[in-house]
Amino acid sequence: MYLKFNNQDNKLVVTMIGELDHHSAEEVRSKIDDRLDRDGINKLIMDFSGVSFMDSSGIGVVIGRFKKLSLKQGVVCVTNVNGSVKRVFELSGMFKIIKPFDSIEQALSNV
Amino acid sequence: MYDNMIKIEFLSKSQNESFARVAVAAFVSQLDPTIEEITDVKTAVSEAVTNAIIHGYENKDGVVKIEAMIKDEELTVIVMDEGIGIENVSLAMQPLYTSRPDLERSGMGFTVMETFMDNLEVYSERGKGTKIIMKKNFKSLS
Repeated sequence: MYLKFNNQDNKLVVTMIGELDHHSAEEVRSKIDDRLDRDGINKLIMDFSGVSFMDSSGIGVVIGRFKKLSLKQGVVCVTNVNGSVKRVFELSGMFKIIKPFDSIEQALSNV
Repeated sequence: MYDNMIKIEFLSKSQNESFARVAVAAFVSQLDPTIEEITDVKTAVSEAVTNAIIHGYENKDGVVKIEAMIKDEELTVIVMDEGIGIENVSLAMQPLYTSRPDLERSGMGFTVMETFMDNLEVYSERGKGTKIIMKKNFKSLS
């Protein structure tokens, strides 16, 4: 899993490229948390445009960041969630608490 | 009997999760599946193998076994471990239930397997391990 970070207006955009399973989730979790803590950011945009596979471990990662940032009055949203990744998201009912956007630009202007 | 069959054994390391799902997907390809069907199988196998590694063996070394069979248009995948087993299978299968809230797990593993496959059976005994049998029917294009 390759992660690309971009800090825009104190919002952390993380673009994930690769497969998000239990194995890669550990790394994704710690790298995102490091960035959030280091830069003191409480708004996170997780971009799934490059995620070719995701199982329920991905849900754990998103909910985990949601819980973490909720404690800091922050927000988590997701972008470019399509195809099979979207089905796993829908199954978990996660869209009830985490807002999806069609693009990073849209997310940036709405959070 | 079956038309075709494979058996795979591997160490319970998280690096092997992707190997396991890709191996089963490659075996399934002879049924001319759609991309969606392939992804369904990969996701279900990934969940079962992850459960064996995290819960069955509690991230310690063990061996995960997979058998996959094809009979006509039906795929059967069996994922087995000889780990700690599941005390209460019906509780474990409830959506959002996780025995390890400390691990940031979603508790959706069995729900994903049930949704993405046509049939799911779970056999487990405390101290003896867990066996998961999943079946899926493929609509032949021909």
